[in-house]
Amino acid sequence: MRTRSAAPPVPTDVDFPVANKQHPWRWVSGAFILFVLGMLVYSAITNPRFRWDVIGLYFRDTSIAQGIQVTLMLTVVCMLLGIVLGVVLAVMRLSVNPVVRGAAGLYVFFFRGTPVLVQLLLWYNLAALYPDITFGIPGVHLNANEIVTPLMAAILGLGLNEAAYMSEIVRAGILSVDQGQSEAAGALGLNRLQTMVKVVLPQAMRVIIPPTGNETIGMLKQTSLVSVLAVSELLYSTQVIYAKNFQVIPMLIVASLWYIIMTTVFTLGQSWLENRFSRGSTRHVQLSWGERIRKAMRIHAPEATGKRAAA
Amino acid sequence: MNQATEAMVLAKQVRKHFGSLQVLQGVDLEVQRGEVVCLIGASGSGKSTLLRCINHLEQLDGGRIWVDGQVVGYELRGGKLHEKSYAEICRDRTQTGMVFQHFNLFAHMTVLENIMLAPKTVLGEKHATVLPRAMALLERVGLADKAKSYPRQLSGGQQQRVAIARALCMEPKLMLFDEPTSALDPELVGDVLAVMRDLAASGMTMIVVTHEMGFAREVADRVVFMHGGQIVEQGPPEQVLGDPQHERTRAFLSAVR
Repeated sequence: MRTRSAAPPVPTDVDFPVANKQHPWRWVSGAFILFVLGMLVYSAITNPRFRWDVIGLYFRDTSIAQGIQVTLMLTVVCMLLGIVLGVVLAVMRLSVNPVVRGAAGLYVFFFRGTPVLVQLLLWYNLAALYPDITFGIPGVHLNANEIVTPLMAAILGLGLNEAAYMSEIVRAGILSVDQGQSEAAGALGLNRLQTMVKVVLPQAMRVIIPPTGNETIGMLKQTSLVSVLAVSELLYSTQVIYAKNFQVIPMLIVASLWYIIMTTVFTLGQSWLENRFSRGSTRHVQLSWGERIRKAMRIHAPEATGKRAAA
Repeated sequence: MNQATEAMVLAKQVRKHFGSLQVLQGVDLEVQRGEVVCLIGASGSGKSTLLRCINHLEQLDGGRIWVDGQVVGYELRGGKLHEKSYAEICRDRTQTGMVFQHFNLFAHMTVLENIMLAPKTVLGEKHATVLPRAMALLERVGLADKAKSYPRQLSGGQQQRVAIARALCMEPKLMLFDEPTSALDPELVGDVLAVMRDLAASGMTMIVVTHEMGFAREVADRVVFMHGGQIVEQGPPEQVLGDPQHERTRAFLSAVR
C-alpha cells in the first residue's frame, strides 16, 4: 500500500471555524428604504389634506357598505359564469371535432382581442342593435331595454370576457395531467366522464387554482369598471359621495382601503385552496400554518452557519 | 366465436399501423387459462402494442382478438366489425387488469384510494365491501403499512406493487404487464418480480412484456419472441431462450445478455 508515498503529507491542523461573511451594503440599502418609508408615513400623518377624519367618517358609511356588497356579488357571479363557461370552452377546444374546436377558439379570439371596457359598453347598448330579442324562435319577444339592465350588462360583459381567460387556464390544467393517468383509469374501466371528474380534473386543479385565484382578485378590481354603467358598486358609491362633498382624495382612499381588505381576504382563501389541492404533489409531509411561520422566521439552522463547528 | 371459448386470449391476424408504420403485421397468439406468457423482443417490435390491443387501449386495423370468448372492442354487424359503445368497452376492460411501465398511480389519491377507486366507481361496490379486499391485497404485495401514503412518497418498486394491487382489486380474469420493471432501479426489481411470481403461482393468466430474461425463464410457461410486428418464434422458455432456432432470436438474446 505504498503506491502513493510521493503525495505531500496531509496537514493535521485544519479545523478552523468559518467566519461569517459581512454584507455592509445590505445594511445601507435597508436603511435607505426604511428612511423613504418613514418619510411617506410622516407626510401621510402630517399632511392635513389627507383628511383622515373624513376617511374615518365614511369608512363604514351605509352606501359604501352597499357598494361593497354589489362589488362582491358581481365578483362571485361573474367568476362563476366565467369558470362554468370556461370549463365548457376548454373541453370544446380539446374536442376532436374541428368545428367545435374552432368555435371555441373564435370565442377566445374575440373576447381576448377587445378591451373589456368596450365590451361592457357594447352590452349596455345592446338595445340599439337588437331592440327585440327573439332568438329566432316564433313567439319569443323580449324587450332588450328591459332585460339588459346596467347590472345585467355588467354581468354579461365581465363574465363572458372572463370565460375566455378561464378556458385557457382550464385547458392548460387538463393538458398538464399526464396521459398515463387517463390511460390507467380507462384500463380500470372508468368511462370518459368518470376519468375526467375523478382523475384528471382533481389533478388539473393544482395547475388551475393559482391563476384562477389571480383572476378572481383581478375580477374584484375589474368590477370598478362598471362604474361607467352607473352600477352602484364600491367605486361608483364613493364617486356619488365625492360628487356631493368634493372630498375626492379621502373618498378614493376609502375605496382603496376596502379593495385592499377584500383582496387580502381573497388571497388568504387562495393559499388555503392551493394547499388543499396540492395533496400528493410533494414527497414531504405538509406543514401546518404554525410550522410554516416558524420555518419562515428561521433564517438558518445553527448547523448550517458553521458556528456550531467553531464551538 | 365458439372457437375461442377454450383459450383465455385468442388473437387472429391482428394488424395495426401508426400512419405508414406497420406495427403489427398479422399476429396470431393463443393464451390458455392459467398460462403465463412472456413477450420479448427489441423495442419497436410491437409487443407493447399487441398488449394494448388486448384491452382495446389501441384500435385494430385488422384481425380480431377474443378475451374469454368475447371479441375485444368490436362487434360483427352486417359483415363488418363495428367498434362497441364506450360503455361496453369499459365493461370489457374490467375483466382485464393492466400494469404500466410508469405505474400511472393516481397522484392525488392515497394508496388505498387508488386501489378502491375502480371497484367503487365502476362496479358500484360499497366502501365496506371493498376495504377488506383492498387491505388483503396490500398485505399480499407487502405494503399494508403504506395504505395512507401518497404515490410520490413511495419508491418505484412500491408504486408498481400498488399498481398491481390496484389492478387485482377488480378481480380480473387476465393480467397484462407492460414492461413492469423497466422504469425501476435494479435493486427494486426483485420485489415486483416476487409479487408477479406469487400471482403466477396462484393460477392467474398473465401476459408479460418484459426484458427480464431471468423472470421469463423461471416463471413463464411460454416465451414469445416478436420482431418487426410479427411473432418469430415461441415455445417453452428453455427452448426459446436456451436453444433459439431463429437467427433474429439469437441476435436479440446475445444483445440483451
